[in-house]
Amino acid sequence: MAELLQFVFSGLTVGAIYALVALGFTLIYNASDIINFAQGEFVMLGGMTTVFMALAGVPLPLAALIAIIVTTGIGLALHRFAIEPARGASPVALIMITIGASVFLRGVAQIVFDKRFHSLPPLFGADSIQFGGAAILPQSLVLLAGATVIVILLWLFVERTLLGKAVIATAANRLAARLIGIDTRRIVDFSFAVSAAIGAIAGILVTPITLTSYDVGTLLALKGFAAAMLGGIGSPLGAVVGGILIGMIEALSAGYLSSSYKDAVAFLIILVVLVAMPQGLFGRVKVERV
Amino acid sequence: MMILEADRLAITFGGVRAIDGVSISIASGQVFSIIGPNGSGKTTLLNLVSGIYMPLDGSIRLAGETVTGLAPDQLARRGLSRTFQNLQIFSHMSVLKNVMVGRHRHERTGILADLLHWPSVARQNAATREAARMALARVGLADAAERPAGSLDYGALKRLEIARALASEPTVLLLDEPAAGCNPVETQEIDRVIRSIVKEGITVVLVEHDMRLVMNISDRVHVLARGRTLAEGTPEQVRSNVEVIEAYLGVHGSREAAHAFD
Amino acid sequence: MSLRALLETRLLPAILVAAIVIILPLFFPSAYYYRIGALVFIFALAVVGLNLLMGFAGQVSLGHAGFLGIGAYSVAIGPVHFGAPSWLCLFAGAIFSGAVAFAVGRPILKLKGHYLAVATLGFGLLVAIVLTNEAGWTGGPDGMSVPALTLFGWRVHGSDAWYWIAGATFVGGFLLALNLMESPTGRALQAIHDSEIAARVLGIDVARAKLTIFIISAVYASVAGSYLALFNGLVTPDEAGFLRSIELVAMVVLGGMGSIFGSLVGAAVLVVLPQVLTIFHEYEQALLGLIVMVFMIFLRQGIVPSVTVALAGWRK
Repeated sequence: MAELLQFVFSGLTVGAIYALVALGFTLIYNASDIINFAQGEFVMLGGMTTVFMALAGVPLPLAALIAIIVTTGIGLALHRFAIEPARGASPVALIMITIGASVFLRGVAQIVFDKRFHSLPPLFGADSIQFGGAAILPQSLVLLAGATVIVILLWLFVERTLLGKAVIATAANRLAARLIGIDTRRIVDFSFAVSAAIGAIAGILVTPITLTSYDVGTLLALKGFAAAMLGGIGSPLGAVVGGILIGMIEALSAGYLSSSYKDAVAFLIILVVLVAMPQGLFGRVKVERV
Repeated sequence: MMILEADRLAITFGGVRAIDGVSISIASGQVFSIIGPNGSGKTTLLNLVSGIYMPLDGSIRLAGETVTGLAPDQLARRGLSRTFQNLQIFSHMSVLKNVMVGRHRHERTGILADLLHWPSVARQNAATREAARMALARVGLADAAERPAGSLDYGALKRLEIARALASEPTVLLLDEPAAGCNPVETQEIDRVIRSIVKEGITVVLVEHDMRLVMNISDRVHVLARGRTLAEGTPEQVRSNVEVIEAYLGVHGSREAAHAFD
Repeated sequence: MSLRALLETRLLPAILVAAIVIILPLFFPSAYYYRIGALVFIFALAVVGLNLLMGFAGQVSLGHAGFLGIGAYSVAIGPVHFGAPSWLCLFAGAIFSGAVAFAVGRPILKLKGHYLAVATLGFGLLVAIVLTNEAGWTGGPDGMSVPALTLFGWRVHGSDAWYWIAGATFVGGFLLALNLMESPTGRALQAIHDSEIAARVLGIDVARAKLTIFIISAVYASVAGSYLALFNGLVTPDEAGFLRSIELVAMVVLGGMGSIFGSLVGAAVLVVLPQVLTIFHEYEQALLGLIVMVFMIFLRQGIVPSVTVALAGWRK
């Protein structure tokens, strides 16, 4: 029982990260129909930038803030310089652009930072809390709390603010949104910026637990995408649920089946979902009209 | 002989019954036209009959064989072919190659032979090319054979689609608004082409807005409105049908427009 | 056959490529260049297959290195664990890759656009994971050494030998691709690329055509992978990895999607570039990412078609 609880805890922890990455995917996809493969790099940049700022002597909270701002800027730049110029390209071309961007960011991170693993000091100490025979790190709780706050804030934003409504409108029907005066380009800018910020925050929160390095982005992006697909691409609720689910399935199969195939779980899920249930748990089935 | 029959077809899109209990019965060698105001479901009906949509209800028979739910390629092999309202041209290929693809169902293809380019493949390519040229000549596009398909103008593209469909030697040819966007000269061409097709014994099912073309060329006309059959009969019967006129022009306009189809 | 007839033949590109293979070594300043040439032809072979799938048939595979890896490890595992001759393992690997392509392709080729892209990505990663984990068979993350190929008692060894083998195989693969393009199957694939629905309506079995080309492109990659392993004498799971898959796609895009000749150009650029930049080895990934981005944004047709169009305009 204690063992199960342990796996549940680790599942929730990684699940929270996957959920945040998936949420970033969903935000951008909803505003622009683009699958942004560089999503994982935002997480990497958040963690790595904070680490290196701190190493350079910047106080931690400021380093974190700078990291978030820098990553947000990179997200915006990605939209303006890589995606915008290629408007009207096929979905595959756009996905290749974001993959190219992801590899590029990885390559640059390799040069600007280094190839080693790095950590950050946890917010509330490194001693794990005992609960029901299982141990959970305080930082995991911080991560879960942070993720919950982000989700709630996003929900409030979408439901209660005019800008939020504009995002929904753009997601529902781009042309109609433009016709009623919404600057859809700004909306997409905004979605990239917010996704980058969310990714950066996730990266900063999780680095004390899982460490970070220049190449963590790829795997995270794929698993986050698996989560978004599982939940139903385009559904924010689905993204969160999908993320937690994949995190749990990963932890449980690592614990009970095989830990070396842990990473394969997410990819198997992608394949199964795409083939059997492409609309995911909360998505809608699209009928193609000729 | 009834070559194409549909019995009480129905389909819904997001809660709207786009086609609601429509039955048609087409005799071999006829020109059968389907008309109706915008949104009446003409193209949807065509899509149902050509296997692109799966009907919610009802059945379809082709030459007596029940074909409901068969995929478009399966129907193609049974002699059904069609053109598209919004043009589905193979824009990366030449005009000739587009029509050569139309010959596909008559070609024997095996991956090994294709990879190694057996003499049989070369011979077949030559035969296909010839047949494609003949189809192009019938629609008046013989000169454009080597041009990239994307370089043709709209009217020519419509005729290209017809040539491509003809190359497959169908028994039934569905034409989805072949005269849409065409000027009177081009429409005359379409008229001539359809007549020559019918002379070969091919049954033509025509979805059209151009009333003059429809009235001149059809043996029977079927009128749809809001997904349902409004009327069916000879062109004369349909053009003087009050309900049909009302469906197109509204009740008030119908009195003045009683001669709209003259 | 008269010279004129020869020049107008369908086979002209293949003759050109064969000429390049034969004449190139005359310009080699040292034996080292044979090595680069061999690598270029090996990758170009894989790229031809991928180009048939992506450029010609309009599908996408972001996990194609998976098949490269299968081919590479076949000629390692077979001889080392089973004592089987390398050439037999090469064939077995190709057949196995084809079978895997059949099994995986059937369900996922129904997908389109980014769904297909991600499914293939997932597949490639799964192959890499299996190769990394099953250390008992594969030697784990550090890989395993590959015994040299022996043909008719002669041990194939040395960059020049592999230059000719890779070059000849590439010309053969090139020729097969040219043949395919002028065949009913090829026309069906091109049709599917432009309009699946119209292809269907003309009687083309779209699912079968896509699966066929997927299998063919997998076999191309597998043979290339086997050659790579035999040539290097070493194989690691990186051969099947994400970066390798992206490299292959970059080669397709660079050379020109749908241009078989462009496959050679794309492979040449991306094989030669790291050699030129040996001092800047760290910049490789950043450069790869940049190339993919720039080409997909500004030069989507790739080098060869762009040059062809420019030349056509210039001649007028």
